[in-house]
Amino acid sequence: MKFFKIILKNAFRHKLRTLLTMTGIAIAIIAFGLLRTVLTSWDAQVEVSSLNRLITRQAVSFIFPLPYAYKNKIEAVEGVGTVTFSAWFQGVYKDKDHFFPRLAIDPETYFDVYPEFQLTPEEFETFKKERNSCVIGRDIANQYNIKLGDIMSIEGDIYPGQWDFVVRGIYQPRDKSTDGTGMVFHWNYINERVKEQYPDRAGYVGWYTVALKDPDRAAEVSEKIDNLFKNSPAETKTETERAFSQNFMAAFSAILTAMDVMSFVIVGIIMLVVANTMIMSARERTKEYSVLKTIGFSAKQLSLLIIGESVLISFLGCVIGVLMLFPVVGGFEQSIPKNVFPVFYLATRTVVISVIAVMLVGVAASIFPLMKALKTSIVDGFRYSG
Amino acid sequence: MKPIIEVQNLNKVYKKSENEIKVLNNINITVGEGEFLALMGPSGSGKTTLLNLIAGIDKPTSGNIEVKGVDITTFGESALAKWRSSNIGFVFQFYNLIPVLTAFENVELPLLLTKLNRAQRVKHVESALKVVGLGDRMSHYPKQLSGGQEQRVAIARAVVTDPLIIVADEPTGDLDRNSATEILTLLERLNKEFKKTIIMVTHDPHAAERASRVLHLEKGDLVDNL
Repeated sequence: MKFFKIILKNAFRHKLRTLLTMTGIAIAIIAFGLLRTVLTSWDAQVEVSSLNRLITRQAVSFIFPLPYAYKNKIEAVEGVGTVTFSAWFQGVYKDKDHFFPRLAIDPETYFDVYPEFQLTPEEFETFKKERNSCVIGRDIANQYNIKLGDIMSIEGDIYPGQWDFVVRGIYQPRDKSTDGTGMVFHWNYINERVKEQYPDRAGYVGWYTVALKDPDRAAEVSEKIDNLFKNSPAETKTETERAFSQNFMAAFSAILTAMDVMSFVIVGIIMLVVANTMIMSARERTKEYSVLKTIGFSAKQLSLLIIGESVLISFLGCVIGVLMLFPVVGGFEQSIPKNVFPVFYLATRTVVISVIAVMLVGVAASIFPLMKALKTSIVDGFRYSG
Repeated sequence: MKPIIEVQNLNKVYKKSENEIKVLNNINITVGEGEFLALMGPSGSGKTTLLNLIAGIDKPTSGNIEVKGVDITTFGESALAKWRSSNIGFVFQFYNLIPVLTAFENVELPLLLTKLNRAQRVKHVESALKVVGLGDRMSHYPKQLSGGQEQRVAIARAVVTDPLIIVADEPTGDLDRNSATEILTLLERLNKEFKKTIIMVTHDPHAAERASRVLHLEKGDLVDNL
């Protein structure tokens, strides 16, 4: 601690240079933090996926539907709790730029299986009773300034026609990582019109979500469900919701890997910035290091001064960067369409990784100047005229 | 006078590429405790090298240097650094103060390596700066001091740990006559009043006059013992 004052004074010996270095680190931290936040937000979509739920879909592809008639059969499988289903409705709200997930669901069971979408009992009851009603997420309500009782008109594409839904519920996401951008309405309401207009397409749902009584039996229950429909025209593939999400996200793995690599390239840039400053500082102080060694400073004590200075500059740059990162991420959260990243927030993990990475970089950046300072003999140091 | 430094058969050879430059040639010296020794000689005669070897900041090619009966040529870097911190005080020609530290902080530097607490360090630093007549300049930075004052701070830094020996390499070489006289008087006082053993390298015959003994070096050889 008694050396801290020297470290501090050395760090700010060239104020402009130190400030520029710290600014460079801060900017790099913002870039690093933003990239990590994007990756975290992407991962969050997998992480929020429950291990207690199974997704049963068409074995050939997710885009093919399953008969509604499977519901009772799945419910009869041992180990299965509540079974609900959804169908991807898509459609266009206002225009194609205003995208958010729109699903036709079973109102009786959906909110039991997805307790993270929190609805008041009154809203839930009204929603169940009105066949043309819908429930939307808080973020959608805020984004489009929609209130209870408002009508949302959707131009159908998968299910053609004009669809008007009365907003009877606005669900609150249970936590930060829960998607608040969904819109759900009665599958029956959709199915009735499909029955009239496209009888062949009626009676089909997109996929089933199965709540498990015991998550440890996921594999066994999945197998039992799939065995029920073997050799049928619509064979199923059942997996945990997390595995389902991971498979879905795997399609973007190349982009995610590139972003991951980029974030660590930024760490490398931080190191070069700090190392450059430290090398210049150490070179200018060659004589001073000889003076300190002459006075009796050991290699350990000299290392403390040089590493300490590098780490201090890095740390201060990191603190500025992290402090700026909060409003920057906040700004991005506001400006990015909710459908792109339903959840986008600065995770504690990202801050911790940033601080640790910069501290390590601070130490690494001091190694070269430190080795030079230690290797240079006192006599050579006094002769140095660089 | 009881011997404090004994230099025996000391040789120093520098290697530059494939050439060998003999800097010191079989030097033998004994320095008594409380002595004020001046080393004189033309540039390149090896006087600074000899001073550096006695102070333990350079290593001889061969020979022994015993200080208070301990052969410092057997020490490793770390042991030598520890030995220097408690036995040697350095005064350089160009003061070599740390520019971002105040006079107080510069003088405190050697004490940071001791186990003294903050209050004890303050007491020692204040005493040392008062001895050199800079009790009222403690919070001044080197650039706010004259050359003579800077050298006095350097002397305070050299004596603050109460070392056995003070080594001074051309301590007046960068000073005007008046400041040089002040510094020499101060060194003389440290020698006589505080009984410090001083070895000083100088070109200046006036400076050498203050010493109790003068040794002359020429091309690495000790040429006389006045």
